Amino acid sequence: MFPKVGISVVQILERLGHTIDYPQDLACCGQPAFNSGYWDEARAVAVNVLRRLENAEAVVIASGSCGAMLKVFYQELFAGTDHEAEAKAVSAKCWEFSEFLVKKLQVTDVGARFPAKVTFHDGCHGLRELHNKAAPRELLAKVRGLELVEMQDAEVCCGFGGTFAVKFPMISTAMGDVKCASALETGAHYIVSNDSSCLMQLQGLLDRQRKTTKTIHLAEILAKT
Amino acid sequence: MSFVQEFKTQALRLTHDLRHRQLIQTALRKYEIVRDKSRAAFRDWQAARQAAAETKWEAINHLDKYLVEFTDKLAARGTKVHWASTASQARDIILGIIREKKARSIIKSKAMTSEEIHLNEALEHAGYEVVESDLGEFIVQLRHEAPYHIVFPAMHLSRGDISELFTRELGSAQTDNPEELTMIARRVLREKYVTADIGLTGANFAIAETGMISITENEGNARLTGSLPKVVISLLGIEKILPRLEDLALFLPMLAVSGTGQALTCYNSLYGGPRQPGESDGPEEYHVVLLDNRRTELLADAEQRDALHCIRCGACLNVCPIFRNVGGHTYGTTYSGPIGSVITPHLRGLQDWKHLSYASSLCGACTETCPVKIDLHHHLLQNRRNASNQKPSTLEKMAFKLFAFTVNRPGLYAFARGAGRIAQKLHSLVKRTRLDPAGGWTTTRDLPPIASQTFKEFWKTRNKS
Repeated sequence: MFPKVGISVVQILERLGHTIDYPQDLACCGQPAFNSGYWDEARAVAVNVLRRLENAEAVVIASGSCGAMLKVFYQELFAGTDHEAEAKAVSAKCWEFSEFLVKKLQVTDVGARFPAKVTFHDGCHGLRELHNKAAPRELLAKVRGLELVEMQDAEVCCGFGGTFAVKFPMISTAMGDVKCASALETGAHYIVSNDSSCLMQLQGLLDRQRKTTKTIHLAEILAKT
Repeated sequence: MSFVQEFKTQALRLTHDLRHRQLIQTALRKYEIVRDKSRAAFRDWQAARQAAAETKWEAINHLDKYLVEFTDKLAARGTKVHWASTASQARDIILGIIREKKARSIIKSKAMTSEEIHLNEALEHAGYEVVESDLGEFIVQLRHEAPYHIVFPAMHLSRGDISELFTRELGSAQTDNPEELTMIARRVLREKYVTADIGLTGANFAIAETGMISITENEGNARLTGSLPKVVISLLGIEKILPRLEDLALFLPMLAVSGTGQALTCYNSLYGGPRQPGESDGPEEYHVVLLDNRRTELLADAEQRDALHCIRCGACLNVCPIFRNVGGHTYGTTYSGPIGSVITPHLRGLQDWKHLSYASSLCGACTETCPVKIDLHHHLLQNRRNASNQKPSTLEKMAFKLFAFTVNRPGLYAFARGAGRIAQKLHSLVKRTRLDPAGGWTTTRDLPPIASQTFKEFWKTRNKS
């Protein structure tokens, strides 16, 4: 859905001298089925993911939400099944992209340049399942020309929530409106996040309301030189 | 109308009510500021949460032992203990006491368990006068409404709304002054304390070690309710147990901080039974009604048993972006917000109330704030799993089978994505009409265009060159 994010991740990691393998036969981690309560169907997808990632040294995921699925929820999904140990092993080597840079590679300056005023939205899964609040901010602090302005309630959900967004669109939209208002109050030109799904929700609302503020994934900013 | 339809109708109304949104947001932002200040007074808030969770875990996992200890101690000082398996049994027990005492009027302090068993309706239906003495409860009672929030029953009303209500119902003069509004209620209530035949209270904690009930409040109304009438009844859920008296040293401040943001509430009282020989005050007769009402079923669920740790502080409601946008009444339950969405399916039936577990973005703000560390948002996921295992929706089941089938086949997935690109071009024909299959999204939001080059295509061309 958002190829620029993946392309940016490849560019940044290669710039840092790493070799990347892309498992072309994987399309989804299975979270939509898992979150909807259809765990058998989620397992049918997830078991392929486990198999395909078995030999990777580290798995980098440019989304707090998909990251949480692999790192946290796979263990719950496979608890008491034959794949329990594999799920644990994969979990241990999964990294959300910003945390991978800061904690694993210990890099905060990737040589990026992005002259704009931005505000950062914490995706809930990255924040509360992966406990990753600092890494994106440490990376943004090193981007040349970039000014980060924190919004009020940066940690409040944007209202996406997967199928929740279409099952309860009125609540999802109200939550998104509250979030957009907080972001717009900062006067930022861009809302940045490390989750494309949050950004799709916010961009969808901003576009419909003819606002000029744009959303952009953290990786896209870090890829700009 | 089904419960889910009613929920959606009310949610649609409240999410468009910008005055409501503003009122709740303003109130809760004030709460957040004082809460954070009081939390900072703890040497280690996270360690305090862990200690509280462990104490409740011990209490809940040894409920059989602690309940017996609690009731034995109470009975030894002359309290009459009653056990109620169901809501109707609890109502019958309380009505029985009232009839036996030939009582006419009942004064009540705040008790969510009494809301749970719809006690006021039952008492009024039987011809008794019941007066709520907590200011917020008094206000919603005058409006013939259920409490909006576990701790702040009238938080959806402005001072102006309350003044108008008092003028209409009590004939008082209009005023915007909170002290004057409180005095109006107080004048009515003082009279009722003196004339009431029976006082009815809830409980915040039940101390097994000493056989005492702990009540926390800010208005002194529960203290009057529990000590002025000749007969006092306390109604509480069996999960209120704390093992030791010293546990209150942690739980009283924890409840205050999480509930209202205060370091400690203004009044904290312990009730140990009726007036003892030689004592000058207290009720002549004291009854304790212990309510199960399917709590034991939740106790049997090892995965979600920690939901019985709940001390009804309302902190999870306060931080919940769903609650903040749809408000308390929309839930249609006694317990609203995240804890309500978790336990209502257990207390009132999974299929009827599963929609509350789906009406969540699973953001986890509730779990993060809960002082007794209930794994709230993960329990919502488990409720969803249990609901679809028990009774899957045929359409959804098929959709997710198709989903799994497609994403597991790269060729088919690429084809589906190609079809998606074409579909998005055709989408403009029906977009924002009633025929739009993506209407759940597109009524209020634009969809991003599907990118002309997929990541896979980028990867292939790059690796060729």
